[in-house]
Amino acid sequence: MKESSYSKLRWKIIITTLCFSLIPLFVLGVTIYHQFRVSYTSKIMENLRSMSDSKRRAIEIFLEERVAQLNLLASTSGFEKLKDQANLEKAFSIIQGHSYSFVDLGVIDANGQQVAYVGPYHLKDLNYKDEDWFNTALVRRKYISDVFMGFRKIPHFIVSLVYRSGNQEWILRATINSDIFDNIVRAAHVGRKGDAFIINRNGILQTKPRLEGDIGDLSKYCDLTKVASGTHVEELEISGRKAVFATTWLKNNEWLLVMQESPEEELKPVVETRFISIALFAGGILVIVLGTIFTTQLMMAKLIKAEHEKAILDDSLVQSSKMAALGKLAAGIAHEVNNPLAVIKEKAGWMSDFLKMEGIGESENLVKYEAAIAKIDQHVERAKKVTHRLLGFARRMEPVHEMVDINKTIDETIDFLENDARYKNIDIQADYFDSLPRTKSDSAQLQQVFLNILNNAIDAIQKDGEITIKTTYNSKDEEIAIAFKDNGPGIPREEIKKIFDPFFTTKKMGQGTGLGLSISYGIIEKLGGRITVESEEGQETTFIVYLPVERE
Amino acid sequence: MQKFRVLVVDDEVDFLETFVDRLKMRSLDVIGVESGEKALELLDKQNFDVAILDVKMPGMDGIETLREMKRKMPLMEVIMLTGHASVESGIEGMKLGAYDYIMKPADIDELMEKMRQAHEKKSIHEEKIHHARIKELTAHPRRVLDMVKEDEK
Repeated sequence: MKESSYSKLRWKIIITTLCFSLIPLFVLGVTIYHQFRVSYTSKIMENLRSMSDSKRRAIEIFLEERVAQLNLLASTSGFEKLKDQANLEKAFSIIQGHSYSFVDLGVIDANGQQVAYVGPYHLKDLNYKDEDWFNTALVRRKYISDVFMGFRKIPHFIVSLVYRSGNQEWILRATINSDIFDNIVRAAHVGRKGDAFIINRNGILQTKPRLEGDIGDLSKYCDLTKVASGTHVEELEISGRKAVFATTWLKNNEWLLVMQESPEEELKPVVETRFISIALFAGGILVIVLGTIFTTQLMMAKLIKAEHEKAILDDSLVQSSKMAALGKLAAGIAHEVNNPLAVIKEKAGWMSDFLKMEGIGESENLVKYEAAIAKIDQHVERAKKVTHRLLGFARRMEPVHEMVDINKTIDETIDFLENDARYKNIDIQADYFDSLPRTKSDSAQLQQVFLNILNNAIDAIQKDGEITIKTTYNSKDEEIAIAFKDNGPGIPREEIKKIFDPFFTTKKMGQGTGLGLSISYGIIEKLGGRITVESEEGQETTFIVYLPVERE
Repeated sequence: MQKFRVLVVDDEVDFLETFVDRLKMRSLDVIGVESGEKALELLDKQNFDVAILDVKMPGMDGIETLREMKRKMPLMEVIMLTGHASVESGIEGMKLGAYDYIMKPADIDELMEKMRQAHEKKSIHEEKIHHARIKELTAHPRRVLDMVKEDEK
């Protein structure tokens, strides 16, 4: 496989793995966050609703208590007694004895004349006949006003109750202490940015909000008055600020209690959760990405290694099956060529016999005939040599198993070549490993291999050179190595691959069949060993034959 | 050279004819046949000293023919002619009693030499048998009479 397809595969694996791990992580994170946010928000709203309800009750109880106090005073004392300034002062001090809910207290007759007054303002003898609240109070009998300025020019609200004594009506009027009332309302607020206040139907503030605005101002939340009766909790954006509002009507739907909470503050845990989940998500992504890259890298390294091993195995399988196929082919060719060769040879022989016997001796072309027949014979011999070597290559003879002393076998082989080498001034040096173990092998076939290699070396050197033979023993792998090194011209890089292929030869036409090394390769393979070749052009060539040591 | 009778068996007719001619030129008494079956038929009628036998033939192959020949005519020497990748078959032939084997295309002089040696071996063999008979006859003269009687029958 090519480098580019490896990297394509690598990216494919990385991207697929990331998709399959990150998408569930993302979905999980978003879902959990969303669920948390929804349930938390609804819990906050629920909380706000119940707070708002309880606050409404608290306010209503406060107002009812004030009314009850005044009713008690009116029914126990009566108009005659209360219109006396001293009596009223006494009664007021009793009421104020345990709470300062009222600012002042006044008794007004049916004509609007204030007949008695206790309080910090100079309101005695004032006539309320023309005041709005006075007329409303007469109609409603029990009346709690909105905030108004009145004679004292200070925003306040009052509780007025109408009584009848004999045939005369009179009014008991009290001003509620705004500070105390404001506190009751404001106590409802939660957090730093929360607030609670009351507005009337027109959106006018009835209590002082904690944050902005004052009693009597038009609240910027006046739009909230549009809600129906009952308690409502919702998140609204008013004048650019988002907040959660709880609204509930009180005092016969005249006043609206507004509780406001800042979502940033209330939802702080949600925001924190979001931050944590984002951090976890980012961490998860980092871990997954690193893990994916690491495992992919590991996997790819293994894959590449396996591919390489497979390629090497394929290579050697191809080489051996090539050899087997070539063996069959060679045998077939040798057989098919041998028979016609035999015929040609016989015919040529017959012709030559004939020439000698028939006494055509006088013919002037006799010599030419004889020469031609000799040539036919010579070339048949040459072809025969090829077919016989092919047969040798194809031969599937089982090797003979005997205990072979490799050093001795090499010595014998050198003996064969000594004359030839001496003639060409080539020095053959042998460096033997002394205690080389004997191994079960076929000495005749080994000799053929050594002879082939040494012959090639001598042919390569041609004249004046050196061949060294060295035997070594690797006890770890139980292997004998025989290295044949010559200082010939070496083998060109592009030829070294083909060197064991049959019919590959660098020798002149007719001098070599190109079968020697491929036969040697086959023999050594059959004996369980291998041949390697290394060559440096212009320097040297080394053939190394490895043989396994098989003991008896 | 002493004249002896040779049987050549080869399915390649071109080869067979030329080869027989050439052997005849060398004053041998030669007959060529192109199959093992014909060779065996001929052996029933005629006696041969040496047989040249191709290993690979259609029909009855060289090894089978050799086995039969040795049964019919144990004293005749056989030289195997191997034309293909079967040094083994040559060796197998020798185990079955062939005198030698030679690879195709064979050199006629080499073959002549082998035939001569084979014939010599056969002659020695026959002579030994002859001597043995004479010895037996001199030891038991009455046997001659028995033999004569047998011949009369």
